[in-house]
Formats: sequence, structure tokens, C-alpha cells
Amino acid sequence: MIGSLLDLLRNAWRHPSGRGGILILGVLALGALVAPPFLPHPAEMPDVVAGATAPSPNHPFGTDHLNRDVLARVMTGGRISLAVATLAVALSLTLGSLVGLVAGYAGGWADAILMRLVDGALAIPRLFVILLLLVVWERIPLAALILVLGTTGWFATSRLVRGEVLRLRHEGFVLAAQGLGAAPGRTILRHLLPNAAGPLLVAATLGVGDVILLEAGLSFLGLGIQPPTPSWGGMVLDARPLIVTAPWTALFPGIAIVTTVLAVNLIGDALQGALDPRSA
Amino acid sequence: MGGGLLEVRNLTIRFPAGRERASDTVPVAGVDLDLARGEILALVGESGSGKSLTGLALLGLVPHPGRIGSESRIRLEGQELTGLKGEALRAIRGRRIAMVFQDPLTSLTPVLTIGTQLREALTAHRKLPRAEARRRGQALLAEVGMPDPATGYDAYPHELSGGLRQRALIAIALAGEPELLIADEPTSALDVTIQAQILEMIDRLRANRGMAVLLITHDLGIVAGRADRVVVMYAGQIIERRATLALFRSPGHPYTRALLKAIPRLDTAALELTTIPGSVPHPGEWWTGCRFQPRCGEALARCATENPPAVPLAAQGMSRCWLPAEPEP
Repeated sequence: MIGSLLDLLRNAWRHPSGRGGILILGVLALGALVAPPFLPHPAEMPDVVAGATAPSPNHPFGTDHLNRDVLARVMTGGRISLAVATLAVALSLTLGSLVGLVAGYAGGWADAILMRLVDGALAIPRLFVILLLLVVWERIPLAALILVLGTTGWFATSRLVRGEVLRLRHEGFVLAAQGLGAAPGRTILRHLLPNAAGPLLVAATLGVGDVILLEAGLSFLGLGIQPPTPSWGGMVLDARPLIVTAPWTALFPGIAIVTTVLAVNLIGDALQGALDPRSA
Repeated sequence: MGGGLLEVRNLTIRFPAGRERASDTVPVAGVDLDLARGEILALVGESGSGKSLTGLALLGLVPHPGRIGSESRIRLEGQELTGLKGEALRAIRGRRIAMVFQDPLTSLTPVLTIGTQLREALTAHRKLPRAEARRRGQALLAEVGMPDPATGYDAYPHELSGGLRQRALIAIALAGEPELLIADEPTSALDVTIQAQILEMIDRLRANRGMAVLLITHDLGIVAGRADRVVVMYAGQIIERRATLALFRSPGHPYTRALLKAIPRLDTAALELTTIPGSVPHPGEWWTGCRFQPRCGEALARCATENPPAVPLAAQGMSRCWLPAEPEP
């Protein structure tokens, strides 16, 4: 599993856009994972008296309305935002692939029932469902946020995978694999899933962008990551009253959101090319 | 042929009436086949004759919603294969009967290397350490004449030429050490020189491994000199069964005669290629008379109404025709 992930990264690395995406995302992830303990200013220690100060050599990204170092908060917030995005997308990819593979391979009634359920779920706006699910908690646990984002994001993926399976299941190599004694599970995992991996990974990278934006939006509405824990969306929310007087408080977390989404999309673009060996 | 490897009796494949079809269609009707160890049997017929479906039926791979009729018997060394399901069926597939499909372009999974697919076939029926699977996989590639087995093992299908892909496909089919290899048009997608190499290689494998081969083809030209016996199918029925030499010397059925005439020859002055007018009737449109009658140049009055019985010929031969067989020279 780890090996194939490294393979994927190596494949993406061969494309210029993938290389760019990996570098950007690597810097952001490294900043989020490694840097916070070594930063000169804590992310959550307020100093109300001083108020927001502009970027300076001491605070390169400035400070926010509670005089907290914006650089420290962007880096620490990246941990949460990236972790939520990765885990939620992994969850929805798994669910979506599972349902799509089963529906496409089994066909008939199983397919009809699963796909009608997915149609129904797709008809309800995602944000609405998420808001409904999240009002249950007064303080939303991180795991619950990931779970809610993950379980509401797989519907389109399942349709995508099902479509790929329907396209592939009558291909010669599926018949050939069956003719050589491959069990259904092996046929699905070795021959159908890898051939559907291209569109699946593109959907995944788009999903990461979506979830980061969604988490930012939820935090902005006060329904995501709860203060004082920093998250990119929450920082933009806090910066709202200061947008004119202290624009750096919104600018840097905003830039972090945009660059992450861009980097992930660049990687997805490169993977789409790399995963289809025929296009190499 | 007693004590043979494979015995097929009255193989009938039905596609039940449904939304698309008003009545049942029977693309394979009452086919009998016998195959001994180490023998090459050619199954010859035009597109739509039911020959590929017959091959698929031996592996239990008749496409949905087709069914093998309950009157059919397929025995591999006495073991009944019809009605096998799940694990029991998979234990036969690849391990005892393996199939090489006609199109090497689509029969290999494009996103996995040849080595991965070989390893999968090798480990489908027994556990093998990865390094051992690699060693055996490369040995198989060498056996099928892959010029550089180590490179071929790590190559993706699209990186190989058509001929090499077909060799890889045959290597994968050999991985389970099958007793019977079904080769469905193994050379149709290849050019003539590669065709000859692949057929020679299949012949060599048969000799070395004592493996039986069912060679499914539309081309009588590739049958000569390779197959031991030939079965000619037309519209779902076997219309002639002969030893190869006897078939070429004195074809028993008018259809076989017409097929032989249609083989292009270099030693005659004919400028135009001979063809058989018309095409195979579609399954479901069959009538009670001889199925070849509308295209037959020698048809009698009774051919239109009565399907001829299987008439035995010398040396376990058979021809399904009302006309008396020509005497063998």
C-alpha cells in the first residue's frame, strides 16, 4: 500500500505540473506538520492589548485581532485543514468505490437500488445535509467533522466508478481473467479498479479541493473547527471585521487555501496522465 | 475416441426468449467433440457458426443470458463440468483448461505489467513467493519465444508488438499448466509471418507438454499440417468431422468443399478469389431443412425440408449431408 502510494508520487513527479503540485503541497504539509513546535510565537496565545499589527520582521505575516502570530496560525491551521481533507476524501473514495464496484459488477436489482439511492442523495444539496448533521453537536468533535464530510462526498464517485465498471466489464481482459480462474474479488480489485483509477484519482484530487473549501466555509459559518484551534476557514471568519484595517489577517489563510487546492489539482492532472500507461 | 481427455456430448447453448428476442435462440445445437491428450483438434467455421461460443462453454463462460442446455454433457477425464459453480469451476479454469482469446490487444489488462498478470495466473491456483513467481514467469516468457523475457516481464501490454502480446497471452494461459489449451483465433489479429511463428510455437508446446489443443479458427489454411483432426461447424451444428489429411483430400460436405475452394492459391491461374455466396443464417432463423441448403450448389429437393443426419465416414469421420460421400482416393 505504502509502496504503491510512493509509485503514484513518482509517476506524478515525471510531469512538470505534478512536480510543481508536489513541491507546493510538500512545503505546505511540511510547514504544517513540522514547523509549529519550533515557531517563536504560539498560535493560540492571545494578547488583547496590542491588537492586530501589520507584517514586520518579528511577525512576517502580521498578527490578528488578538495579536496572535498569523504565520504560526496558518501553519498550525494547515494541520487541521489538510488532515480533515485527506481523511474525509479517503473515506468518501472508499465508500464511493465500494458502492460503485458492487453496483457495476452485480448489475440487475442491486445496481438499480443502489443507484436510485445515490440519485436521491445527490438531489439534496451537500451543504444542507452537512449543516443538518452538524447542528447536533454544540462543540463539533474533529472526528465527527471528518465523518460527516466523508460520508456526504461519495455519491458522485460511486456513479463514476459504476460507469467505469460497466464500460470495462465486457472488455476482453475481464473475460480472460475469468477464464484463467480469477475469483470475482480478484477480478474486481485487480482488473476493474486499476482501470478505473484514472477518473477516480482525478475525482479524489478535486474532492480534496472541495473538502478544504467546504471545511473553510463551515468554519467560517462557525460550524467547523472550533476556536481557539486555528483552521484556515476559521481564520478568514475571524478576519472579517478587520478586512479593511488589517487585510493580512484574511489574506494569508486565503492564500494557503487557494495554493493547496491548486497544488492538489496540479497533482491530479499529472496523475491522470501518468496512470493511463497508454498516454505516457 | 475412448480414454480421451475431453468428451463433449450434445452441447446445446440457448439464449432464452426475452425483451430482445421473440423466441429462444440456439446458436450451438448438439455439438459432439472428443479430444485426446497431446492432440490438436481444429474447430473451423465462419463468423456466427457458434465455434467461439463452444469454446467459452467448455470454461462455463457462456455470456449472459445464454445457458448450456440440461441435455449437454462436458466431461474432462470423466469429470462432469456442466453445472459446476464457484470454486469448483474456478479450479478447472486456467488450471486444467485455459483459453487464449483472439484479440491480444484487449485480452491483456492495459494498466498492469505482463509480469503482474503472469504472477496473477501463477498464483491463482497455488501459493508462490514473489521471487519464485518472477523466475517462473520469465521462464514461461522464454518458452513462448519472448526475445528478452526480463524486459518483457516488466513491460506494459502497450509497449509490446501484437505478436509479442499474443506470446505473452499464451504464456499467461500456460501458467496453470493446463491439460487443454483452447486457442480462439489465436492468430487472426496478426500478420502472416507472425501467424506461422505462433502456430509453430503452439505445436511445439503441445509436443513438449503433452497438452491437448482446441484450435478455433475460420481459416482452413492454418489448419493444414498442424491439426490432427478437423471439425467443421456451420450454423451451430457440426457438419463434418474428419482427420485433417482426409478432409483436404476428399471433403465430404459441400460446405467444406466450398471452404477449400475459397482458400487463395498461388499455383492456379485464377485471378478472382472464390467465395461462398450469402452468409450464415442468424440463430433463431433456423428452419427444419439443411442449414446450408440456401447457399449450397448441390442441394436436392429434400434438403429444403429435412435436416440430414450425421452420416459416418471412414476412420470416425462424419458428414451431415444427403449426398453420398465421395470415395477416398
